[in-house]
Amino acid sequence: MYRYDEFDERFVRERVAQFRDQVDRRLSGSLTEDEFRPLRLQNGLYLQLHAYMLRIAIPYGSLSSRQLRQLARIADAYDKGYGHFTTRTNLQFNWIKLRDVPDILDLLADVEMHCIQTSGNDVRNVTADQFAGVAGDEIEDPRPVAELLRQWSSLHPEFSFLPRKFKIAVIASAADRAVLKSHDVGVRIVRNKAGEIGYQILAGGGLGRTPMVGKVVRDFLPRGQLLAYLEALLRVYNADGRRDNKFKARIKILVHEIGVETFRERVEAEFAAGPSYADDETAELARIAASFAQKNYERLPARSETFEAARKTDPAFAEWVVNSLFSHKVDGYAAVTVSLKPVGGVPGDMTSAQMRLFADLTDRYSLGELRVTHAQNLVLPYVKQDELHALWKELAGARLATPNVGLVTDIISCPGLDYCALATARSIPIAQAIATRFADKARQADIGPLQIKISGCINACGHHHVGHIGILGLEKRGQESYQVTLGGDSSENMAIGELLGPGLTADEVPDAIERVVGVYLAQRRAGETFIEAVKRLGVGAFKAAFLGGAQNEAA
Amino acid sequence: MKLLDRAGYRTDDFSRDGSGGSPIVQLAEVNAALEARGADAPVGVEVANNTDVERLAALFDRVALIAIVFPAFSDGRGFSLAKRLRQDGFKGRLRAVGPLIPDQGPYAFACGFDEIELPEAIAARQTEAQWTKAFSAISLPYQPGYARPATILERRLEARRKATEGARHA
Amino acid sequence: MSATKGQPLPAILIANDLREGHVVFRTAVGWTRDPARARVATDRDAADVLAVEAVQAVARQEVIDAYLIDVDVRNGVPVPRHFRERFKTLGPSVHPELGKQAEFAAYASAAAE
Repeated sequence: MYRYDEFDERFVRERVAQFRDQVDRRLSGSLTEDEFRPLRLQNGLYLQLHAYMLRIAIPYGSLSSRQLRQLARIADAYDKGYGHFTTRTNLQFNWIKLRDVPDILDLLADVEMHCIQTSGNDVRNVTADQFAGVAGDEIEDPRPVAELLRQWSSLHPEFSFLPRKFKIAVIASAADRAVLKSHDVGVRIVRNKAGEIGYQILAGGGLGRTPMVGKVVRDFLPRGQLLAYLEALLRVYNADGRRDNKFKARIKILVHEIGVETFRERVEAEFAAGPSYADDETAELARIAASFAQKNYERLPARSETFEAARKTDPAFAEWVVNSLFSHKVDGYAAVTVSLKPVGGVPGDMTSAQMRLFADLTDRYSLGELRVTHAQNLVLPYVKQDELHALWKELAGARLATPNVGLVTDIISCPGLDYCALATARSIPIAQAIATRFADKARQADIGPLQIKISGCINACGHHHVGHIGILGLEKRGQESYQVTLGGDSSENMAIGELLGPGLTADEVPDAIERVVGVYLAQRRAGETFIEAVKRLGVGAFKAAFLGGAQNEAA
Repeated sequence: MKLLDRAGYRTDDFSRDGSGGSPIVQLAEVNAALEARGADAPVGVEVANNTDVERLAALFDRVALIAIVFPAFSDGRGFSLAKRLRQDGFKGRLRAVGPLIPDQGPYAFACGFDEIELPEAIAARQTEAQWTKAFSAISLPYQPGYARPATILERRLEARRKATEGARHA
Repeated sequence: MSATKGQPLPAILIANDLREGHVVFRTAVGWTRDPARARVATDRDAADVLAVEAVQAVARQEVIDAYLIDVDVRNGVPVPRHFRERFKTLGPSVHPELGKQAEFAAYASAAAE
């Protein structure tokens, strides 16, 4: 993992002191709430329904056991003993007091963490593939580039008061596990025909009120030019992005309104006129990459007899293994996804006790490092296959071995109206009701991969547009009402789901989902997943069932 | 209005109403003002934050000061316009005009501004001491290419150069 | 013209404490965390007074996000008519052991009837 040097250390410490001073100025009245709000948001501090919420940055989802223990400590000392992992791979505490925040930031700085730009109209926390560094299909580890961007974007003098928020993701493979195309900018590390490594740049993706798929603005940007290029791109957005209407202020609207060609021309002109940081950037990237240096892997056989034997003799373990493992580029190892979706629980929530236990497991089984996924789960990226069975037993003891990764009960859900001041309806109880309905493990396994994503408002923190089944909570005539979409896809084949029909009450949702899944089960071909069937059959084939009809029985 | 630079409040040697010092005029009036004042007398021009840089390039050698208006502190277009003007070669004084807050001071200077002109109401709430303290809150920024004493990247490269040289001499 | 024209009645004044962040309600003399003790404005003049107190308290750096909400008085306690404000007044529905629903159990049960 990246480790802070003296400059990073001083930077976050000064940032804490700066925020402490900002709080003092707010309490003394020097800063009005209107002036303070952007400052606190730039430090991840929201006012939610019941209290302040503090969103802690987990850059590109990488976390050490030491950091997780510190989060547990903060949860106990300053919150109510739990935290919530988000779709931007951050961690939120829900019950924070403003006067405590500077002290919390100091505790975070003690473990090389911060809350910088987890909110605000600025460049947000940079995300990456959760399997960075272990995936066999990556060109290189995308985290050094993400870290380069983290530093470059931190308190950027020019881009801290953008028209709207700005989210960047970095991946290094053809497979997209980070929802790259829904980001304001997507950076894909690629290789050109000459074999050189560079960047493909996408822009103008986004979910929210007007979902858009990111478009390619640069097919191949050579190494060393990323900062200068992004500076040009952000400058065009800062200068030309709409500021007359908050709902049209994201870069996706600019790219859409002027067209990707015009946008590209403006960026290229700005880029051509701007400076080059190539040598410095290359040297800096090399420095950062060195700190993600090779792990101390043991030389192990590709096949673990211990693991294979346990799989045969322990059916519960075998059941968990099916969806929890991701193949590792190093023989004898596996990356393990740990579900934070116990049936009936709150998606993405983790208690301080679970954090501590998980930190210990991370030390013992995964070289002290874990990852957070955009699907609100955790990953132990460096587990020896020989030790998988032992790990699983310990996870099971802490309610952390739910065997549902990628299945119908592994539901993404934003906090919704149970916490969020922006929400129009609750999300979590809908997730709980659906998961409870589909709790039967054999049935989940039979249904196979199915992503349900729930947002409690149009802002789409729960990624509902790109859920195979998406659910959006709204207010309708003084009641909570839920719109259901079908056919969304968050992968490299990103697609926006289509509305299935009129809004439902909360009570009606599980039945309707069950009927839609029923159409799939009745009509699927051998080996065909839910989303494949939806793409083949079309959303129309599911509408009658969604509305309550009983057709398709014969198929 | 109150004028600030990195050191704190200073007296304004420009004015908009002819009350003393050199004039700041609107863009539409700048040619007339330049002609009326003669080549050696300083003239400042005030521009909106969405002004086309090309329109201003012809003025770079003729005006002593460009004042960029921030209609609200949350509207960051002025930072990009300043950066563009500096990048394109404007060497005169750059002034940010509007209800900025102290924490934006370092950003303004890094983007090429020399000074900030504040409405009285803001200056009344946010003291000179608060402004100058905010200017030094973060001693070294990360971003290369922004006019500051030094960036973290420059310091890192310098440290590495020294280490390499040290190794060579040893 | 009334400052609260269009605000349905009866109404209470809800806000978040600036320093602590928790939800507070305006009483006769200040702020309370207990929704049962909120001062209920039943006529226009009383609502106008609450609106003025909201502006003043924000200006004094006591609270933020202060606004009037309409309520029904049930079993002697004010219950917000809108579901959003009911969650804000009670706490997260998925954690009945947390928030005001736990802290002010008497209010929660009166409001639930």
